[in-house]
Amino acid sequence: MKYFRNLVKPYIIWSFLMIVVPLLLIVLYSVTTGGNSLVNIQFTLDNFGKIAEPIYLAVFIRSFKIGLITVLICFFMGYPLAYMIARFSEKVQSVLILVVTIPMWINMLLRTYAWISLLSDNGIINSFLVSLGFEPVTMMYTDFAVAVGLVCDFLPFMVIPIHTSLSKIDKSLIEAAYDLGANRVQTFFRVVFKLSLPGVINGVIMTFLLAISSFVIPKLLGGGQYMLIGNLIENQFISVGDWNFGSAISLLLAVVILFLIHLMKKMDPDETEEG
Amino acid sequence: MGNKIIELKGVTKNFGEQQVLKGIDLNIYENEFLTLLGPSGCGKTTTLRIIAGFDEPSQGQVLFNGIEISKLPPYKREVNTVFQKYALFPFLNVYDNVAFGLNIKKVDKSIIAQKVSKVLKLVGLEGFEKRDVTLLSGGQQQRVAIARALVNEPKVLLLDEPLGALDAKLRKEMQIELKKIQKEVGITFIFVTHDQEEALSMSDTVVVMNEGIIQQIGTPVDIYNEPENRFVADFIGESNIIEAVMLRDCLVQFDGFQFECVDKGFKDEEEVEVVLRPEDIDIVKPENAKITGVVKSLVFKGVHHEIVVQTKYRDYLIHTTDYFEVGLAVGLSFGPEDIHVMYKMDY
Repeated sequence: MKYFRNLVKPYIIWSFLMIVVPLLLIVLYSVTTGGNSLVNIQFTLDNFGKIAEPIYLAVFIRSFKIGLITVLICFFMGYPLAYMIARFSEKVQSVLILVVTIPMWINMLLRTYAWISLLSDNGIINSFLVSLGFEPVTMMYTDFAVAVGLVCDFLPFMVIPIHTSLSKIDKSLIEAAYDLGANRVQTFFRVVFKLSLPGVINGVIMTFLLAISSFVIPKLLGGGQYMLIGNLIENQFISVGDWNFGSAISLLLAVVILFLIHLMKKMDPDETEEG
Repeated sequence: MGNKIIELKGVTKNFGEQQVLKGIDLNIYENEFLTLLGPSGCGKTTTLRIIAGFDEPSQGQVLFNGIEISKLPPYKREVNTVFQKYALFPFLNVYDNVAFGLNIKKVDKSIIAQKVSKVLKLVGLEGFEKRDVTLLSGGQQQRVAIARALVNEPKVLLLDEPLGALDAKLRKEMQIELKKIQKEVGITFIFVTHDQEEALSMSDTVVVMNEGIIQQIGTPVDIYNEPENRFVADFIGESNIIEAVMLRDCLVQFDGFQFECVDKGFKDEEEVEVVLRPEDIDIVKPENAKITGVVKSLVFKGVHHEIVVQTKYRDYLIHTTDYFEVGLAVGLSFGPEDIHVMYKMDY
């Protein structure tokens, strides 16, 4: 194995240049002032203080709320779906998992535009409602539209890890539960669900992270005024030009996410086996 | 023996095109240690799963205390299973694994605690309550699995090759322990194994199965000494199986000689097969025996030597503690009670 050790070196150099250096730059930007020039460095913590201002705090709260809603909907749709898929024969399962991932093959922008034409005031759904004699409903530029877009995009990230966990469950454990007197419902909650928890935790982390850091879907389906953390960061870099504040938000988000992952991992039975 | 507790009547099982059980009729009694013995694929595990309720028979009936239960789901049956790979719940500790069934039945917490500690004592796992089951050794997991089943006080305990994953020494210990536990709790054990030695040493009744058919039901001594056909004789230990003709009651002819035996009830001149166990044949001087030959090979097996003697008609396998040189001319001697006559199998 020693022989191949040198093959890792290009990757280490590459990841240092492309991941570690930019990360350090973000840290540097977040604690300095002076636009995007690196010549004239002045350290400050004002960028972080700015986040506590009510307008920006509201963006954080709204993002977490939307993230949470997306995770909940993805979970309550994704778990039953994964459970049903896992009950089929292995061949059928792989086909069904493929079907679940098909939307991911289509460009995300295209999918989002498709939602616009479905949800807009004179879009397909509203035309249908009007033709049935109902009042048209405003769906675009609401929490609903954003949640629909996010759920549709991120559902596979919930379904796949849960399905993986479920399909790995040793059938004899389920039989053991039946054998010990548990009916189907008791067996599900006392055995199957607990054994699928690692998948659930992975799915929740993934969909939550994707949902709170997304910016294209909230922009297109939530409208220009609809600010989530992702949009705020994008704005700071592209429209406002305040790279320092943008970096501070990014850093804070990264810390919050790392903390959440740590918290979730603690709940994962597989990770705390030694305890 | 006690009352009939489980009765299988004409049970068959098809998996797709394949018929795994071809009509099983079996009575199982109270307090009996019954072993289903056979090579892999003989249908012994399927039979057990039908009794447990995990599989439904394609045809036939399963009666429990005289009541038909073949459509009853496993969680409504008064039987518990010890699974081949234990199937312990990895997210529960020893105590909670054992208490699982009682918790489901909403038994009072203090009674659960009493019963669990009693059963853990029975299987020799006192003080293991808080241990993580995934960190126990194979033998300890085995004991937890037995405790988890027994704590529910089933009428019948089903054991699906429970000792298969243990090493030889631990296996022997668990065999003795299981027999002891069965005596102590006084319930029926149905034990599935492919190991004939295990079956013979533990059981009250052995059911030998092959290709979905019961070949013979009997006590270990019967099965060993009076195998009903070539399959049973061959499967239960090594043996010399010889084609022979039953001349009349207590007289059988093979290898060109007539021998007295103790078997009766065959037709005169009926073609039969004779079993001579390797340990029942004595090697003597050629002039003192009817069948003679030369020692073809000798293998040291620890307690005994395994000797093959080549004779005019066939090679005989003999186990003896004595040493005989290869090439030596010898005679083979056996008494009337060593000759076991069986019906000839149709192939």
